[in-house]
Amino acid sequence: MRKNNILLDINKLSVSIGDKPILRDLSLQVAAGEVHAIMGPNGSGKSTLAQVLAGRAGYEVSGEVRYLGEDILDFSPEERAWRGLFLAFQYPVEIPGVNNVYLLKAALNAQRKYRGEAPLDAFEFLTVIKEKMKLMRIDESFLNRSVNAGFSGGEKKRNEILQMVVLEPRLAVLDETDSGLDIDALKVVASGVNTMRDPERAIVLITHYQRLLDYIKPDKVHVLADGRIARSGGPELALELEEKGYDWLRDEAASA
Amino acid sequence: MSKQNQEIEDFVGGQYKHGFVTDIQSDTIPPGLDESVVRLISKKKKEPQFMLDWRLQAYAHWQTMPTPAWAHVHYPPIDFQEISYFSAPKSADDAPRSLDEVDPKLLETYEKLGIPLHERARLAGVAVDAVFDSVSVATTFKAKLAEAGVIFCPFSEAVQEHPALLEQYLGSVVPYADNFYACLNSAVFSDGSFVFIPKGVRCPMELSTYFRINEAKTGQFERTLIIAEEGSHVSYLEGCTAPMRDENQLHAAVVELIALDDAQIKYATVQNWYPGDAEGRGGIFNFVTKRGDCRGNNSRISWTQVETGSAITWKYPSCILRGDNSIGEFYSVAVTNNFQQADTGTKMIHIGKNTRSTIISKGISAGRASTAYRGLVKVLPGATGARNFTQCDSLLMGDRCAAHTFPYMEVKEPDAQIEHEATTSKIGEDELFYCRQRGIEEEDAVNMIVNGFCKEVFKELPMEFAVEAQNLLAVSLEGAVG
Ligand SMILES: Nc1ncnc2c1ncn2[C@@H]1O[C@H](COP(=O)(O)OP(=O)(O)OP(=O)(O)O)[C@@H](O)[C@H]1O
Ligand SMILES: [Mg+2]
Repeated sequence: MRKNNILLDINKLSVSIGDKPILRDLSLQVAAGEVHAIMGPNGSGKSTLAQVLAGRAGYEVSGEVRYLGEDILDFSPEERAWRGLFLAFQYPVEIPGVNNVYLLKAALNAQRKYRGEAPLDAFEFLTVIKEKMKLMRIDESFLNRSVNAGFSGGEKKRNEILQMVVLEPRLAVLDETDSGLDIDALKVVASGVNTMRDPERAIVLITHYQRLLDYIKPDKVHVLADGRIARSGGPELALELEEKGYDWLRDEAASA
Repeated sequence: MSKQNQEIEDFVGGQYKHGFVTDIQSDTIPPGLDESVVRLISKKKKEPQFMLDWRLQAYAHWQTMPTPAWAHVHYPPIDFQEISYFSAPKSADDAPRSLDEVDPKLLETYEKLGIPLHERARLAGVAVDAVFDSVSVATTFKAKLAEAGVIFCPFSEAVQEHPALLEQYLGSVVPYADNFYACLNSAVFSDGSFVFIPKGVRCPMELSTYFRINEAKTGQFERTLIIAEEGSHVSYLEGCTAPMRDENQLHAAVVELIALDDAQIKYATVQNWYPGDAEGRGGIFNFVTKRGDCRGNNSRISWTQVETGSAITWKYPSCILRGDNSIGEFYSVAVTNNFQQADTGTKMIHIGKNTRSTIISKGISAGRASTAYRGLVKVLPGATGARNFTQCDSLLMGDRCAAHTFPYMEVKEPDAQIEHEATTSKIGEDELFYCRQRGIEEEDAVNMIVNGFCKEVFKELPMEFAVEAQNLLAVSLEGAVG
C-alpha cells in the first residue's frame, strides 16, 4: 500500500562536477502527502540535489531518480516541470524586460498543454493570479514588474512561493525559501506552503533553520552530510540539530 | 569596357530602338557597369535631364572613390561588373495568380513571421511585381491620401509627376559624394519610395513598403525620400525580405528624410534580408545610408530598426539636428546568428540650440556572429544646451559570438550633457534553466528572454510590426541555443 504512494524515489544517486564528487549513493523516498525537511551544513550538496532533481545540465549523474513511477534522469527540465515537479530556487534569477505575469502565464499554459487542458486566456489567468497574490500578500504593482528585477531578497522568495501556488505542483522542492525572510514574510510563506499540503502532493523543504519547521510541520527530517543522507528522523531531529549543530553527526560518521 | 557593356552601349546608341524593346521584354540587363548603363537606366525610366546629369555626376565621382574597408566587417571584394544594375519587374503574366501557385515553403515562412495574409500574397508576388511593392499600397489608399494632400508613390513616378520637389530635395540630405555605396546608389538606383506630407497635415495612415530582392545576381539600389512640411506628421514602415540564394547579393539603398519646422517623421524598418545559410554561404550585403535632417525648429525624427537579416549589415541611420529644439531618436535591435556580421549604429549631429538625442541600441549575437555598435554624438560649436542619452546593451548567446561597442563623441560646447551606458550580458544558463524549470520550452524561453531584452525598442514599433519583429527574432535565433 505504502509503496504505491511513493512519489519520489531516489536510489543510489551519485553526482559530481568535473572530478569533484558532491553526492554519493544518496537514497531517499518521499511519499505523497508528506513533507520532508532536508538540513545539512553549507556546501553539503543540498542545492545540488535540488538542481539535479529539476534537471539542470552540467553534472555527471548516476543512479536512479523515479518520480511518479518514471525514471526522470533523461528528461529535460521542462518535461519534469510538466509532470508537476517544481523547484523554488535558493537564488531566483532576474530576467529584465520579461513581465512576471507573462512568465507565469506562459509557464502555467505550458503545463496545461501537457495535461491536455485548454490554455487560460489573459482574463482567466488574472483572476487566478490575483487570488493567489492576495494569499501571498503581494502587492498588485508586482504584476507589471519584470521577473525578480530589483526585487529585495525577501520579495524574490515570496515570488517563488507565488509561482508554486499558481502552478500547483505534485512535488515541490523549496531550496532555502525561508532564508532572508523577516518574521512576517516567513509566516506568509509558511501559510502558502501549508495551503499546498494535500494527500496527493509532497513537499521537500531545504532549510538551515528549525524556525521554519515551527510553522510547517515536517513528517520527516533528513541530514545531508558528506554527500549522503547521514541521518533521518522525525521533527525532533531538527530540534536536536538546533541544539548540537552538525559536528556530532560528523564525529559519529567518522567513528562508524 | 566589357563585351556586355559594349552591347548595351550599342543598344543605347545605334540599335537603340530595337534593343530597347527587347530589353523591356527581358527581365534584366546583362551584368556590368559603366556610363552607358547609367544612361540606359535613366532612359528606361524616361527621366528628365537633371536626373540624368545627377546620376552621371555621381557615377563620375564614384569611379574616383576607393572601396571602403571597415574594421569590423569582413567580406570578399565585390566585383561590381558581376552585378546587373537593372531588373525590370516580370510581366504580370508570369507572376503566380493566387496563393495556391506559390511555393508552400515561402508561405510557411511568412506565416511564421506573422505577416498578414494579404501581405503574404503581395510578398509572394501574386498579382503585383515584388521588386518594389509600394505601388499597390499607394493605389489602394491613393484616394484617401490624395484627399489629405499626401503624396506616396514609387520614386520613378515622382520623377515624372513631381520633378520640382525632387530637384529641390534629392541629395540634399545625403549628397551623392557622401560615401561609396550612397554614390553608387545615386548613379544606378532603380526605384524606391517618395513621400510628401504638406504643411500641417497628419498623414491619415501608416505608410508602409515591402522591399524584396527576387532576381538572382541583381543588385538592389532603391531610394526613399520623405519630406514632411511644417507641422506635419508621418509614420513610415519598411519591411524587407529576400529569397534564399547561394551567392551574395548587394543591397545599397539610400533614405533621406527632411523634417521642416514642427514636423515629425517616424521611420521604422524591419529588415529580414536573407542572411546566408548556417555555413555562411550566400546572403545579402546590406550597405545602406539613412539620414534624417531635422531642418526646421522643433522638428523630430525617430529611427526604429529591427535588423535580423543580411549576411552583412552596415548602416547608421542618423539625424542632423539643425533646427533649434529638434529631437533625434534611434532605437535599434540588431540580431546576428551563424556567420552574420552587423556593424550598425547612428550619428547624432547637434547643430541647433537645445537639441536632444536618444540612442537605444540592443545587439544580440549568436553562433559565430558578430555585432558592432558604432555611434557618433557630435555637438558642434553653437549647439548650446545639447543633450544626448545613449544606451548600448549587448546580449551574447554561446561563446563563439562577439559584440563590440564603439561610442565616439565630439563635443564642442561645454554645457552639453552626454550620458552613455553600456552593458554586455550572456544569455545565462541560469535564466534559461529558471524558465525551463517552470515548464517553458527552451526555444520559447530564449525568445522570452530576448524579447525582454529588446522591449524598449519594440515598444517604439506600431503594434503589428512589434509582433512581426518578435516573430522574426524567434525565426532568426532558431537553434541558437542548445
Ligand atoms: N558549478 C559548480 N562547480 C564547482 N563546484 C560546485 C558547483 N556547484 C556546486 N559546487 C560545489 O558543490 C558543493 C555543494 O554545493 P551546494 O550548493 O549543493 O551546497 P548546499 O548544501 O546547497 O550549501 P548551502 O547550504 O550553502 O546552500 C559545494 O562544495 C560547492 O562549492
Ligand atoms: Mg544551497
